[in-house]
Amino acid sequence: MSTATTDAPTQPPAEPPDDGSGGGGGGGGEGSGRGAAFGAALWSRLRALANALLLPALALFTALVIGALVMIFTDPNTLNQWSSFFADPVGALKASWDLVSDAYGALFHYSLGTPEFFGRTLTEATPLALGGLSVALAFRAGLFNIGAAGQLVIGATCAGYVGFAFDLPAPIHLPLAVLAGFAGGAAWGSIAGVLKARTGAHEVITTIMLNYISYRVLDYALRSQRFRPPGRADLISRPVHDSARLPIIDVGDVRFHAGLFLAIAAAVAVWWLLERSTVGFRMRTVGANPFAARYAGMSVGAMYILAMVLAGGLAGLMGTVNITGRPSFTLTSGYYAFLGFDAIAVALLGRANPAGVLGAAFLFGVLRAGSTGMQANTDTPVDIIVVIQALIILFVAAPALVRQIYRIKAGRATGQSFTTNWGL
Amino acid sequence: MATTLTPPSPAAEPEEPPAPEVRTGLSDARRVGIGVFVLLLGVVSIVSFGLGSASGLDSRLVLSRAADAVQVPDIVLPARVTGLVLGAANLFLGAALLAGLVRHRVYLVLGIALGLFAVALLTWAARGADTSVIGLLDGTLFRATPLAFGALAGLLCERSGVINIAIEGMLLTSAFVSALTASASGNIFVGLVAGMASGAILGLFLGALSIRYRVDQIIGGTVINIFALGLTSYLGARVLSTYPDLNNPGSFRAFGIPGLERLPVLGELLFRNTIYVYLMFILVFGLWWALFRTRWGLRVRSVGEHPRAADTVGINVLRTRYRSVMLGGVVAGLGGTWFTLEATGEFNENMTAGKGYIALAALIFGRWHPVGALIAALVFGFTEELQTRLAVLNTPIPSDFLLMTPYVVTIIVVAGLVGRSRPPAADGQPYPPD
Repeated sequence: MSTATTDAPTQPPAEPPDDGSGGGGGGGGEGSGRGAAFGAALWSRLRALANALLLPALALFTALVIGALVMIFTDPNTLNQWSSFFADPVGALKASWDLVSDAYGALFHYSLGTPEFFGRTLTEATPLALGGLSVALAFRAGLFNIGAAGQLVIGATCAGYVGFAFDLPAPIHLPLAVLAGFAGGAAWGSIAGVLKARTGAHEVITTIMLNYISYRVLDYALRSQRFRPPGRADLISRPVHDSARLPIIDVGDVRFHAGLFLAIAAAVAVWWLLERSTVGFRMRTVGANPFAARYAGMSVGAMYILAMVLAGGLAGLMGTVNITGRPSFTLTSGYYAFLGFDAIAVALLGRANPAGVLGAAFLFGVLRAGSTGMQANTDTPVDIIVVIQALIILFVAAPALVRQIYRIKAGRATGQSFTTNWGL
Repeated sequence: MATTLTPPSPAAEPEEPPAPEVRTGLSDARRVGIGVFVLLLGVVSIVSFGLGSASGLDSRLVLSRAADAVQVPDIVLPARVTGLVLGAANLFLGAALLAGLVRHRVYLVLGIALGLFAVALLTWAARGADTSVIGLLDGTLFRATPLAFGALAGLLCERSGVINIAIEGMLLTSAFVSALTASASGNIFVGLVAGMASGAILGLFLGALSIRYRVDQIIGGTVINIFALGLTSYLGARVLSTYPDLNNPGSFRAFGIPGLERLPVLGELLFRNTIYVYLMFILVFGLWWALFRTRWGLRVRSVGEHPRAADTVGINVLRTRYRSVMLGGVVAGLGGTWFTLEATGEFNENMTAGKGYIALAALIFGRWHPVGALIAALVFGFTEELQTRLAVLNTPIPSDFLLMTPYVVTIIVVAGLVGRSRPPAADGQPYPPD
């Protein structure tokens, strides 16, 4: 069943070149030079890459089309036009087209249209990348971390507390806040890991419950004198001090915060851990087949715990870059927990591999950054983004469905299994 | 879901781990753990509830309402003594567990200990005042209803071998659809039926994803949940807030069963309710009968346990699974209408707030059995009701911690108390296997 399916998109590009060059050499005979072989290898590598990108691209396209249909059939004016379709077919089509092109136009304009908006997109993509890495790492160890939301909340709470409770010089304060955020998320994630390893409690249920608990923990903290700014009665914290804020970086007119570098560094670290280290190998083996891993003498429970600690820590960092990088710099009730669910979509779209996650995070950053501008200018509620995201995950998780829609022949085995069943 | 890792068997053939499945085969470690837990309950009862109450305060537990024909006398308990006595009883039970005097029926002992603890908690919280026991139990039943429907929906799916994480999304969608259709048609029963139909459609969708497209079933369910949340929030913002008339479905009224409703205590509790409570009991016992006493039930269970064997004797595995999942969707849809047509009378964004996941935990806690699921739902319902009552009674426990209780209890139940709860052997595996 599940050979770390997630390898699929990365490995085929790595292997076909051998086939390609071998085939090219055999067909061309002795005469063919090295250039031709190299060209064939490059071509086959490109084709593999295009194949790997084809399904996600089609998934995105289909999701946008269905999202457009949802918009058309819930807009009263457009529906009025459709009710007189036979009297004025062009009018109905034109109204629909205007509606959708306005909404999507705004969506992309407010995310990519100007350098300023592009910087905002990068800022939105940063936490998503970290969250996507969290979920992806857990996937590779055979765990489904639905708890990124809760780990984010706890991480942000810890980082935020360090950020406003202490007065320290920036070179110490910021790293301390980041560390606190990582540690908080890791501790929260470890609960699910330990429960899974010791009692077999399925992580899907425990992490969801931990999400709800984390929101209450944050509310409780926000009610306390330590968090509340003087003279406020609502659930809001004091702002993080300047010394603990992520530095702002300007490249031309593109402004973003240094959390982006943290996300890229985390992606490299996760890649190294999974692909180049012994621990990562064990983790992937446990994810692919826990029986085989145990038979080979690996401690399955220890890998579950480690994976949840690291996944929790990454999700904690997602909260950290938010609280130390997003203007307002204050904690509020349920602090950006919804990003934890976006993270699942990012990890799935990125096929649980670090480079893919970065790309998917950028795409979702576009959707997130553009959606507020879209709502403000076209009255399309931001929730349409959630619908589109759910559709993207759906089509990515069900490649057979996309293939059927577009009549693409199955290239390789489709069986995808990221998670473990109840029995464990 | 017990001890470390008995990982899923990859093939359809389930290989039980070598540990013999004896009825009383509870590991010593688990018994000792439960013993320590019971001891703790006893200590908390004595220190907080017993010594924490000033002597001379009474708690009055009220068992009937003023309007009842037959009045049952109230029970008056001295708060301090009750805490001390019940705490001591729990200390005794915990010691008996630790010493190994009790080896059989450990969970029964645990249930008794939790019951004693709950009574001690209640007398302490209500010291110097009245508390309506009948109201507490009534509230328990009320809150357990959607959980029971959700758990029964999961039961139907999982007994046939399809994991249903999508209960939450089904409940939410049905809540939305029933509010919309009942308001638009002005008939509450239209809402009920439309909600069930929306559940069936989502069931068909989940079935198609997991049976035909062989999507990882947990991811497929999660997709449905995210999709349901996004779509209902979007439509809520787009349609319901623009036309508030479309979010005014009305709600079902309680009606009594003639004769039975006059019974003391029980009449008030069980026979004067809305349609949902009656349907819940009918469904629990109907499903038990259908699953374990009919040919249809045998087929569903065989498809969930050993699809290849079922296939060999001529049962259409995929069709059976589709039907069960859709039927599960209908049940979840029925439960979803509870939120709008019984609880609140209107649709609110994300109003199910994780109830679907708690229902899933109830299914696991109830060991994939209808009656077990009902009992588990009642346990969760009791925790929720107790939490709201304690919040009203102004206890020193911070409200945020009280609000956590249902979720904490779910984790404890799933991790610690479930013991060896065995899912259907082929649960979550596509057929034919890869």
